Amino acid sequence: MKTAGSKPPLSPPRWLLAELTYACPLQCPYCSNPVDFARHKEELTTEGWKRVLSEAREMGAVQLGFSGGEPLTRPDLEELVAHARRLGYYSNLITSGYGLSAERIAALKAAGLDHIQVSIQAPEQDLSDWLAGTESFAHKKQVARWVKEQGYPMVLCVVIHRHNIEQMEGILEMAVELGADYLELANTQYYGWARLNRAQLMPTREQFERAEAVARRYKERLKGKMKIYYVIPDYYEDRPKACMNGWGTTFLTIAPDGAALPCHAARELPIDEFPNVRRMSIREIWEESEIFNRFRGFDWMPEPCRSCDEKTKDYGGCRCQAYLLTGDMTATDPVCAKSPHRHLIDQAIAEAEAPPEAPLVFRNPKASRRFFET
Amino acid sequence: MSLDPDAPLRFSPLHRLQWEEAQQRHVILYPEGLVELNATSAEILKRCDGEHTLRTIVEELERKYQTEGLTDDVREFLEIALENGWIETAA
Repeated sequence: MKTAGSKPPLSPPRWLLAELTYACPLQCPYCSNPVDFARHKEELTTEGWKRVLSEAREMGAVQLGFSGGEPLTRPDLEELVAHARRLGYYSNLITSGYGLSAERIAALKAAGLDHIQVSIQAPEQDLSDWLAGTESFAHKKQVARWVKEQGYPMVLCVVIHRHNIEQMEGILEMAVELGADYLELANTQYYGWARLNRAQLMPTREQFERAEAVARRYKERLKGKMKIYYVIPDYYEDRPKACMNGWGTTFLTIAPDGAALPCHAARELPIDEFPNVRRMSIREIWEESEIFNRFRGFDWMPEPCRSCDEKTKDYGGCRCQAYLLTGDMTATDPVCAKSPHRHLIDQAIAEAEAPPEAPLVFRNPKASRRFFET
Repeated sequence: MSLDPDAPLRFSPLHRLQWEEAQQRHVILYPEGLVELNATSAEILKRCDGEHTLRTIVEELERKYQTEGLTDDVREFLEIALENGWIETAA
């Protein structure tokens, strides 16, 4: 047994998410970026990003996601991809596909990019374009075909919510038509813009169960042809997810301005300042910063987690979810049936049966400024 | 379905096998995934080059480790690797 105050064992980061920019031509109302993203304007330079990649790789990071916003808006993307390849990363471009040409897909391949994850909002044009806040559906499908033609593993990502969950079959058929090697069916996680729009996004339990049954049927049928990652909507579970495989154990996100986060949603926590790669090395941040150490191990846990025999499986769940729902980031994740705050989740589930009428708030700089300008 | 001992095997073009200095082991990398390999598994996969077969991999490993009777273990691992898409039978 560990004694109180002892240092938890430290594992090196394996997964680096490089959020190159908050700029994005799309306006998805479930975006995981913080709602006040427009506050952070100073992006890291090319040299700054190269140093981040080098330092994280030296510590052991090997899976790399180039994300955003829309990473294609960075003109130095090819240069960063080439740097990542030289370092031995397995790199992934997480993109809307907006504005992506066959030529740039080839240039990225030549630079050493390993795969491209294209997101499509829905299996039909009107809905997809409405959700994206831009006319993009036809081009996204073209991009998916180019990605496949050029020999990348084709990874298709669809975020699931009440506006497209009834089309689960159409989504799966679209993935088959596009020849996806991997399909990520990501039930919306309620952080960032999705938390803001939760009442308009959350499916009912019945919708969720029907969609899951469809996904399970295709998963069985497509075994060996397409790998389906089904991200469960944790509100409909009674145990929390092992968020980020535990705080500060595996994942490192670097935000566009150089802030280092234990997960890409962490910027919503009531923490005044995250360590920044402009002032600290990745090693210092990972090993020594107070914030990366704060929720490592088990000593920080309150009850019911502290004495729970499942704490080694789920690490108390998600700190962001605990904070967004209870106002206390050290609380047990309210998804857990043992949490004294579980009623907050049950209320949200009940509300999904008859959601209040309200427009979706689309993710854009103008909407974002309302969260910090007075 | 049992693996043909003379079918040439190759590593999947959609996965990457690489040595990780920080972990002191080989890993398989693919979209959203990472598999850590022990030394023997890595020795088997490194030989999936489009020419080696179950039979020739076993021969080489038995020579390398100066032992016999590896066929069942190697076959079992290769079948798992095939099922996971890490390798494929070269046409």
